[in-house]
Amino acid sequence: MITAIKPATVPLRFSLPIGGVAGTSFKPEHLPAILEAGPQAGFFEVHAENYMGAGGPPHRALETIRRDHPLSLHGVSMSIGGPQPLDKTHLARFRSLVARYQPALVSEHLAWSTHETSFFNDLLPLPYTEATLACVCNHIDQVQEAIRRPLLLENPSTYLTFCESAMSETDFIRGIVARTGCGLLLDINNVFVSATNHGFPALDYLADFPLAHVGEIHLAGHAEQTDDDGNLLLIDSHDGPVADAVWKLFEIIVARRGPVPTLIEWDSSIPAWPILRAEAAAAQAILDRCKLAAATEDRHAA
Amino acid sequence: MRRDADLGFAAAFAPPLLDPAREVPTAVAGRNGKPAGRRYDVYRNNVTVSLIETLAAIYPAVQRITGPDFFRAMARFHVRSSPPASPLLFEYGHDFPDFIAGYEHAQDMPWLADVARIERAWLDAYHAADALTLAPMRLFAIAPERLGDLVLAPHPATRIVRSPYAAVTIFAANRDSAPVARIDASTPEDALITRAEFDVVVRHLPPGGAVFAASLMSGQPLGAAAMAAFDASPEFDIAANIAGLIEAGAFTSLAAGDA
Amino acid sequence: MSAKHVVTTLALAGAMSTALATLAAAGPLTKAEADAAVAAKKEKCFGVALKGQNDCAAGPGTTCQGTSTVDFQGNAWKFVQGGTCTSIDLPGGKKGSLKPV
Repeated sequence: MITAIKPATVPLRFSLPIGGVAGTSFKPEHLPAILEAGPQAGFFEVHAENYMGAGGPPHRALETIRRDHPLSLHGVSMSIGGPQPLDKTHLARFRSLVARYQPALVSEHLAWSTHETSFFNDLLPLPYTEATLACVCNHIDQVQEAIRRPLLLENPSTYLTFCESAMSETDFIRGIVARTGCGLLLDINNVFVSATNHGFPALDYLADFPLAHVGEIHLAGHAEQTDDDGNLLLIDSHDGPVADAVWKLFEIIVARRGPVPTLIEWDSSIPAWPILRAEAAAAQAILDRCKLAAATEDRHAA
Repeated sequence: MRRDADLGFAAAFAPPLLDPAREVPTAVAGRNGKPAGRRYDVYRNNVTVSLIETLAAIYPAVQRITGPDFFRAMARFHVRSSPPASPLLFEYGHDFPDFIAGYEHAQDMPWLADVARIERAWLDAYHAADALTLAPMRLFAIAPERLGDLVLAPHPATRIVRSPYAAVTIFAANRDSAPVARIDASTPEDALITRAEFDVVVRHLPPGGAVFAASLMSGQPLGAAAMAAFDASPEFDIAANIAGLIEAGAFTSLAAGDA
Repeated sequence: MSAKHVVTTLALAGAMSTALATLAAAGPLTKAEADAAVAAKKEKCFGVALKGQNDCAAGPGTTCQGTSTVDFQGNAWKFVQGGTCTSIDLPGGKKGSLKPV
């Protein structure tokens, strides 16, 4: 008999929703610096898959972080946008992580990553048709049923389009929200990347986006390349600071939507903790300005 | 009812991701309906580079030994022939050591696959379930005549890697960034990999130690395991091996023989 | 019970008590047991080859980002003296060096 140590459920400790708080991706290499600085005001986001092992240091680090901070659990491999049935084993793992860590936010992507038995480790695009809409909604229903709470679905960044697409991405996303009741994770860098790559105004996309359902915002850096015709092609690389244009869009959206939890995603060429924290502080300042403006308006209205 | 014709996009999109010889899918396009070209290649890059980097993260010593260019070329072949079957990246690459053993350009480094096996076992131990290790006091309470029938339950993290080469020394020297002194690869070495609490520890097993530990882990009683170890190596030291395994936290509990 | 088994049982009992002494968890020891424990400790067995490094070698993490590194097309095996393999010797004068094809 193996004496396994049964993981305990972490108590919630934070009132939900967590409101207009800025957070950062949690990187294990930052743990000593984070602990040294003491509990942060913000939240931490992790990729669910990195904590799907049975035990060991990853869970210990996540428990340590979760003790003093709200957590956002961000899935990257559910393959919700793929045509094949969801991986039931993976769904069960996702469900038990949600049950164990009681995250303030739970999200996944409008993308796919598995075909037949191969996992491609990338967020691959899908056509927007009635058939794919029905399939995606069916998958989200299953996830929400498993975790017994609404999922936040993230809009993708894309580099190409499918010829068979019969509706816009925003129509597709509005359809998903209407049919499944899920929330949305608005990645503003993804909007900016896709808008640049496909040549449409980011503000048009955002005007069409169902902002009332947005429960979290992502901000990240991107890299520049060109396509075969020399057009600017942005890569959603998460390897640097947030671009000025993305900050500007963020201010506009926060003014429209009101403050929501906002994450700085920095996943490659990861900087020292103080640099990442400063980026989150910049997002927090914008969120706080918006709160202040709303409070002032309330006083005037009273 | 799903209409398969409307959901065939993944079947068309997926195959060229890991095969640059295949044409870019025609169901996708760039701006104004132009062929996707380099836009599709962004996905090829994302898939290939992220999976090569996954192998590099699991096998840092192998990469340091071969140098990054050799490693990336070798890893690229493997990624193409054996993409991950699980969305858990830390489970990827279990068949990479065998691939290395058969890789034609690595034949001058016959110890390389065993170094990779230790690195793979290291990550398995890192993610293995937490478990309490066997307290020496439990053994102290056992009557001498029962010792031969004692069966021990292995800790979920415990792994053994045997090598006809100095794989443990080569692994340890290349797992950090300190300069590597000359190593004679010809000494056979066996590794014990454990994680009693949160630190993975790799130990060099003494003669007969690997046979002893592997016998115990497979459920053989202590007496039979000791005899197998003596058969394998006359220098086998029972006391040192019992003490070493218990101290390393290789076992969790007494599975039988202590009643 | 075979003679060999009896010997093994006795050997095991002695070995276990030595092992427990080594682990500093045993009760009162005889002089012989204490000496054996000291001898066992002197053995260079179970040498720790590598410990820790959990933070800097924690394995791969998932990605939800793209990469700007272009490396999907490479096919040719590259020979670059970047590695430590040249400091690893094999019997018969063979070295683990990389040979260009």
